[in-house]
Amino acid sequence: MIPSSFDYTAPSSLDEALKLLHDLGDDAKILAGGHSLIPMMKLRFAEPEHLIDLNNVPGLSYLKIEGGTLKIGAMTREVETEESADIAVHFPIFADVAKLIADPQVRNFGTLGGNLAHGDAANDQPAVMLALDAVVEIAGLDGRRTVGIDDFFYGFYSTAVQEGEILTEISIPIPSGRSGNAYHKVERKVGDYATGGVAVHLEMDEQGICTKAGIGLTNVNPTPLRAVRSEAALVGTSLDDAAIALAAQYASEDCNPSTDLRGDIDYKRHIIRAVTKRMINKSKERAFKN
Amino acid sequence: MIQCKTSKEISGMGHSMKRKEDDRFIHGKGNYVDDVKLPGTLYMDIVRSPYAYAKIKNIDSSEALKIPGVLAVITGKDLEQYNLHWMPTLMSDTQMVLPVDTVMYQAQEVAAVIATEKYIARDAREAVRVEYEVMKPVVDPFKALDADAPVLRTDKPDKKDNHIWHWEVGQKEETEKIFQEAEVTVKEQMHIPRIHVASIETCGCVASYDKIDNHLTMYMTTQAPHAIRTVFALVAGHVGLTEEKIRVISPDIGGGFGGKVPVYPGYVIAIAASFLIGKPVKWIEDRSENLQADSFARDYHITAELAGTKDGKILATRMKVLADHGYTDASANPSKFPTGMFSIGTGSYDYPNAFMEADAVYTNKPPGGVAYRCSFRVTEAVHAIERITDRFALEIGKDPAALRFQNFIKKDQFPYHSPTGWEYDSGDYEAGLKLAMKGIDYDNLRIEQAEKRKKGELMGIGLSTFTEIVGAGPSKDFDILGIKMFDSAEIRVHPTGKAIARFGTKSQGQGHETTYAQIIAEELGIPAKDIQIEEGDTDTAPYGLGTYASRSTPTAGAAAVMAARKLRDKAKKIAAYLLEVSEDDLEWEPGKFSVKGAPEKSKTIQEIVFASYTNHPQGMEAGFEATHYYDPPNLTFPSGAYICVVDIDSDTFEIKVRRFVAIDDAGHIINPMIAQGQVHGGLTQGIAPAMYEELIYDDDGNILNGTLMDYLVPTAVESPSWETGHTVTPSPHHPIGAKGIGESPTVGAPPAIANAIVDALKPYGITHLDIPITPYKIFKALKDKGVLDKNIVES
Repeated sequence: MIPSSFDYTAPSSLDEALKLLHDLGDDAKILAGGHSLIPMMKLRFAEPEHLIDLNNVPGLSYLKIEGGTLKIGAMTREVETEESADIAVHFPIFADVAKLIADPQVRNFGTLGGNLAHGDAANDQPAVMLALDAVVEIAGLDGRRTVGIDDFFYGFYSTAVQEGEILTEISIPIPSGRSGNAYHKVERKVGDYATGGVAVHLEMDEQGICTKAGIGLTNVNPTPLRAVRSEAALVGTSLDDAAIALAAQYASEDCNPSTDLRGDIDYKRHIIRAVTKRMINKSKERAFKN
Repeated sequence: MIQCKTSKEISGMGHSMKRKEDDRFIHGKGNYVDDVKLPGTLYMDIVRSPYAYAKIKNIDSSEALKIPGVLAVITGKDLEQYNLHWMPTLMSDTQMVLPVDTVMYQAQEVAAVIATEKYIARDAREAVRVEYEVMKPVVDPFKALDADAPVLRTDKPDKKDNHIWHWEVGQKEETEKIFQEAEVTVKEQMHIPRIHVASIETCGCVASYDKIDNHLTMYMTTQAPHAIRTVFALVAGHVGLTEEKIRVISPDIGGGFGGKVPVYPGYVIAIAASFLIGKPVKWIEDRSENLQADSFARDYHITAELAGTKDGKILATRMKVLADHGYTDASANPSKFPTGMFSIGTGSYDYPNAFMEADAVYTNKPPGGVAYRCSFRVTEAVHAIERITDRFALEIGKDPAALRFQNFIKKDQFPYHSPTGWEYDSGDYEAGLKLAMKGIDYDNLRIEQAEKRKKGELMGIGLSTFTEIVGAGPSKDFDILGIKMFDSAEIRVHPTGKAIARFGTKSQGQGHETTYAQIIAEELGIPAKDIQIEEGDTDTAPYGLGTYASRSTPTAGAAAVMAARKLRDKAKKIAAYLLEVSEDDLEWEPGKFSVKGAPEKSKTIQEIVFASYTNHPQGMEAGFEATHYYDPPNLTFPSGAYICVVDIDSDTFEIKVRRFVAIDDAGHIINPMIAQGQVHGGLTQGIAPAMYEELIYDDDGNILNGTLMDYLVPTAVESPSWETGHTVTPSPHHPIGAKGIGESPTVGAPPAIANAIVDALKPYGITHLDIPITPYKIFKALKDKGVLDKNIVES
């Protein structure tokens, strides 16, 4: 790559990173896995004057279960969620999604925190986080705060992470009862951004009645999109075919895709309907397998 | 099984010897152009046009020249002083090296920056300010000939329109009459998309001009180093760079596929820069530049028609081509063949009559088109004939395999004279198709398909039974810029029986270092491992036209055989002398001559070679060397029978190639493992345009997918598990009966896939889809047919 010239600092603590970020202001960018930022620098769409590399900062890479919550450090690599047996028990969706993110080289270095903080509706993890009701922890010089995932995505490349702040952790509540989840996207070839992608998480009671539904959509809206009407169409039902068809129909109606080389609006709505139906069925199957 | 005449130790033809070149590639020790590091090297970067068609008002280099380390910014006006601003294309058209006043396509070279580091060069590139006056481009080739279309080539004083040439072949009147009277005629308009070779290694060079010796050494990514040296001498001879002062070295090449045949402006600018500054200048394209600016392939709009009888006898085909060449005809065809070998378009079928015509036009797109893993426009012709054959089968309700058997050129009709003027050397098309059908279990697939159709599932079976035409070519018809398309081999055997052989061709991954050695091993009995192969240095290798169009084995491979046979004749004389018998009393087995009836009296080839240096017969020239320039008597005609099965998801229309059986006939095979590898790679480059790849431009001539994010090169994930096999019908005129294999799969695979997908959609009245056929394209086609919400979506 031949980017514009830039300065590079690799701080060895989060405080040091935050201080640098504060001092350098707008001219600095955080470097996590680099798999979104570096391609942009290569094309000179992004020309940061300073890169603050988080890869030497300890304590930002972990997967742990604490008090009914899955906690993921921001610098955790995609490949770690793909391969974690602990996570697979409750969240097979992570293996689904990780396998569809770019290619193994990207997953070996790309991070979950970077994936979210980039604020790109074409990324796959945001839809998963919407489906799973994640909470994001953000650190600044003044301390740490948490933001619910529904309040996290502001717009194109814009999130709740403000100037001077660094995303540090993602928390996901672990379901106590019967649950299942799944992700799939239609892509033109392996490694492509989604033509349309759907993340589904379902929880059920003993009678098989849906008590909670989370559905997130990839790349069919300026920001990652929660399919609110689809979720409501499932809760309280036995997840029968009619309810699933209705939820899929709502998802296709409520998304706002745009026409590009991947397809026109009609096609993308069609894809969202088909994949939503499939992912609900797959989540349901998984829930009853456990 | 392939019968081998030689032992494994000798590893002549038929042995799956491991590739000799792979040791260095696997160890990362290849030597590509970008690995060439000369002291004092300067780096070149290129300012490119953001517009498809614009006047250059001004180029302001002042800010760029202020950057420390920037030595020069070269513009068209600078080159104009040396009359180097235009150069000839291989098709005797002209192409800008750098524009003086007008840019003709987006990403065209506008100026070149020379700096001490590549990073500085890139920064300086960004700092060059170019002022443009944007003009409305001609993008749609169908509108290029409209009366109100702007005439693009205003540099040609007599040019009044955008028409480049007209070409035709065949029986116009007879064909017309057959179409008027035929029981059945079918017609489809099809586009063979504009695609790019997208080789892993982009193009580049290191131009090193020595002012003292007035000598240029040019390391470059070229498939045809000798021809390119001649072109350079023709372009730059007037400034003192005559041919003996130029050495072109083509080191390891990371894929060529036809894209490294043309002379790109970057090479010439680098030479000019090195000539002016007197230091080596390195230019390496980045991926986007390679995709956006280097020669495209294909881009033929074809109206294909077929006339036949109700019971399936084909009578005539008619094809009309509109060729979009971009702003100059920079094809890499033999001079007399502006449409290359498109006239092979009657394919494997016994057509009494055919008529084909083509018109080429200028548009505001990059120039081309190169023969992408294809012997000059064969892919386009094969797609048209294989698609229209299936269209005919659909029309009369006949199974496409049965229709093919009915119309194949029969084995005993060879040599076969086609209505477009070719003499097919040999073939057995029935045997190939039968083997492919057996391999894929064709009859049961049709039963399965009928059952699936009842359930609304989309399954398709597609055939392609193609004939290739490669090995250009006989000197009476084939030349490039006047240079006849022979090729050459020179063999030198050292006193200890080891050899070096040099060729006029240039491997870009084909494995010549192994296969050429095996050919010589077959003929001389010297173990292939003891034979070193060299290509690509014009100072050492004999002159040849290079490697493309599957021509290396048919031409240079044959030259190696002929040179080796000269040596074997000499060996026989020496053996007779050493054994004190008459030549007639000797018999040859690979590696030695022995006396008939007294096999214990023998001389090995190594002993004979040693004698040629130490104890040769009086009156005979010493040494053991031979050279041959092979002028092929005819082209070779490989063929193949491919069958593919696809399943299409009835919700998302995602296409899965379930099985793909490829039976190739390339005559005698030199190295089965390498041949199979060639087929695997070629098939993958066949699914590429069939399902993924196309360079797309908007109405303003902007390329919409100029990076590998959106130009979709298939990977291992997209590739099905290829099932390959072969029949062997040797070429009667080639000295070892070989025909060439590299391009058949790329040529033959796309129609098999397209036919399979269209077959899957047959219940919905779809008769044709242009490649690449994507899920989105299927969605649109079904939507247009009004069937989307009925049968297959809400099932």
